[in-house]
Amino acid sequence: MTRSPENSHECDVSVSLQNVSISYGKIDAVRNVYCDIPKGKVTALIGPSGCGKSTVLRAINRMNDLIPDCSLKGRILFEGNDLYAPEVDPVEVRRRIGMVFQQPNPFPKSIYENIAFGARVNGYKGDMNELVEKSLRKAAVWEECKDKLNQSGYSLSGGQQQRLCIARTIAIEPDVILMDEPCSALDPISTLKIEETMHELKKSFTIIIVTHNMQQALRVSDMTAFYNAEAIDGTSGSKVGYLVEFGDTELIFKSPSEKATQDYISGRFG
Amino acid sequence: MASNKDFLLRNRTRPEKIIDKGFKSLTVFMASMVAFVLISILLVVFFESTEAMARYGLKFLITSDWNPVTDQYGAFTAIYGTLITSLLSLVIAVPLGVGTAIFITENFIPESIKNIIGLMVELLAAIPSVVLGLWAVFVMEPFIRPFLSLLYKYLGWIPFLSTEPIGPGMAPAILILVVMILPIITSISRDSLNQVPFKLRQAAYGIGATRWTAIFNVILPAAISGITGGVLLALGRAMGETMAVTMIIGNSNNFSWSILSPGYTISAMLANQFGEADGSQVSSLMYAAFILMILTLIVNIFAQWIVKSLSLKY
Amino acid sequence: MKRNLNYKPKLSRNISNRLLTLISGIFASIAVLPLVLVITYVLIKGGSLINLDLLILEPQPPGDDLENAGGIGNAIVGTFIMTGIASLISIPIGVGGGIYLSEYSKDGTFSRFIRFGTNVLSGVPSIISGVFVYAVIVVSKVIFGSMFSGIAGGIALSILMLPTVIKTTDEGLKLVPNDLRNASLGVGASMFTTIVYVTLPASFRSIATGVVLGLARAAGETAPLIFTALFSFYHITSFSDIFYEMSSLSVLIYNFALEPYEAQNELAWAASFVLVIILLGINIISRLISNLASEK
Repeated sequence: MTRSPENSHECDVSVSLQNVSISYGKIDAVRNVYCDIPKGKVTALIGPSGCGKSTVLRAINRMNDLIPDCSLKGRILFEGNDLYAPEVDPVEVRRRIGMVFQQPNPFPKSIYENIAFGARVNGYKGDMNELVEKSLRKAAVWEECKDKLNQSGYSLSGGQQQRLCIARTIAIEPDVILMDEPCSALDPISTLKIEETMHELKKSFTIIIVTHNMQQALRVSDMTAFYNAEAIDGTSGSKVGYLVEFGDTELIFKSPSEKATQDYISGRFG
Repeated sequence: MASNKDFLLRNRTRPEKIIDKGFKSLTVFMASMVAFVLISILLVVFFESTEAMARYGLKFLITSDWNPVTDQYGAFTAIYGTLITSLLSLVIAVPLGVGTAIFITENFIPESIKNIIGLMVELLAAIPSVVLGLWAVFVMEPFIRPFLSLLYKYLGWIPFLSTEPIGPGMAPAILILVVMILPIITSISRDSLNQVPFKLRQAAYGIGATRWTAIFNVILPAAISGITGGVLLALGRAMGETMAVTMIIGNSNNFSWSILSPGYTISAMLANQFGEADGSQVSSLMYAAFILMILTLIVNIFAQWIVKSLSLKY
Repeated sequence: MKRNLNYKPKLSRNISNRLLTLISGIFASIAVLPLVLVITYVLIKGGSLINLDLLILEPQPPGDDLENAGGIGNAIVGTFIMTGIASLISIPIGVGGGIYLSEYSKDGTFSRFIRFGTNVLSGVPSIISGVFVYAVIVVSKVIFGSMFSGIAGGIALSILMLPTVIKTTDEGLKLVPNDLRNASLGVGASMFTTIVYVTLPASFRSIATGVVLGLARAAGETAPLIFTALFSFYHITSFSDIFYEMSSLSVLIYNFALEPYEAQNELAWAASFVLVIILLGINIISRLISNLASEK
């Protein structure tokens, strides 16, 4: 991967958002985001509903391309490369930047095939059995799955399904894993297990996670970006999101520099 | 950091990209085929009929000579037959179909019987038109002839009933059309009624409405766009329906107002004559086909428009 | 003051309520009646005539033999061949078009026009598709110089099937949850891979049910065949016979119903029996399968 010269000195930046604005049709979802997401760390995006944090997350691996009328201004650099340059292939972007979704979404295939599908798509030429086992182990779901690899992914519980989906993403060994509220459909015990998994994963991957759960952000993330939404002047109802502040998680939670952050993390709104 | 050496396809190969793009183009092409076929049908039928259009003009619509020997063609009998059979069949089928739909959506009877009635009505749609025609010729028409004779005897002074029923004719054609469009009206009405949200029903019952007050004042109005759309689709189907009608309508070009006499519809005329026609008769038949197409097209487009614009926002 | 909340059967609103319920019940019975009458009659009358010879032999030309009209073997074969030709044409095109509408189009003018066109095409009377194919294929002899042929009949039927296949594919694919598409695209699969390996398999059953029902409707159609495939009294003997006149159950019923000979009329009843059994069988089985699938 080549790097453009102006970023070569910041080799620890994985994804860099530079003045990013995203809109659906004529309605702006989020405006003017600047943010450098460091490599090898867990970065949490938090904020009230409608602040555009999921929209920003989905922009990073170009999942928003699939939504009609969704357009992006500004630049998103991944290791120095502009992801929205005209010659960039969104499919290749997603092979580098994997995603775990809000709802567990295993394929209606066997557990084994769930992992193998993505690896095969990415042209994996190694030992598939080994990759499946390794990925399931990393996602901490191997013990539950090892005896029923040929059963449908839907035979697992919700929490196990989500860890299967994480394993599926790990299997393609992306550079970055995006997680869009991965625990919002799960019970507390499953949530805890996935958080433990994340601590393991950040040794090998850059993780960006959107979460509604402040405690979770505090527990798992190294960096936190707080987004907020503001009514557009004059019009009522429609709100546009923006990045309030971004920094070390401990700093953001202990001594936020903005009042909005303070109010949100202490539960006064959102 | 993860090692990437095992993944050979991080960058997509050219063939993979070509397949991906090619597949999309292929589906675009296949989708365009619908438009292509539709437009071709319109153009072909139109151009094949230009000769007759030039020769007979609009007179074709209001005269009823149909004589290959003298080359005089007028489609009034067939147009009248098409309109009167389809409209009268609608008059009978709409109350039957909507009534049935109400009966099997509101909870009058147990779920299992509802499903059986619904299934039977849908299976009725699976019986081919030609089989219904056969049944109409050999079973239904002989059976209803005495009743039609009674109609003639007591109501013969009405122009629409002013001839003696002697066998095949427009009246049995109307009845067989009722059988054919009943499934459409019933199943579309049933779907529309099922989509009326439960909260609307609750609101009506909550203020003390009886069941039928609720049906007439709340549930039917809420479902009216779908039902009207279904009725129009049924009208289009009735106008274009060919086989059963051809077999039972009598295929006569002598014009009569009476539905008890033999008649013609455009589609029956096409089915009957197209195979052996030549010269300006082909062009005249194409002209008639063009009229039929325009009629069904208008009805179908109107149906789509009704469904879109009348649908209530809950 | 004590209120009487008991049901009062003589109240006018209660009387009209019961009356209307009764009427709707009667309507429902009338709606079911034709099915019962037609099916019973076809099964009894047609079923009593069925024997092995009848299912295999060719029909005799009307008037030749007043006792024995032969069989409907070639008509059964013809119906299967022409429905097969119609499927070969309309299923790939229809599934492809449905994939475009559901997976690629972004509700633009083009896709709205195609959806509209699909609805309009499904409302075009079946006899018109016969007229169209007659003008374009039969008269012009574009297909290897053949005029009335099984191919022409199959093409006319495919025009009827096409809108059904597109609609069922479009609707079937729409039922696939977006989560599943995201899952596939999220691991870096292309649209092609996603559609072929994930979306289509997930909606296979509902698409197949719709297509089979459309197929059954086409198999019973007569109007598009009477002047495209015409009729034949003979079995096909080689592949090239599809370029010549071909018989079908439905056209046999139409032709022989109007003959003045008893023997031919009976053949029409027998053919109706076979056609109705096949079509109702397909309908009931495909509905059962899709019901079983949805319960799971």
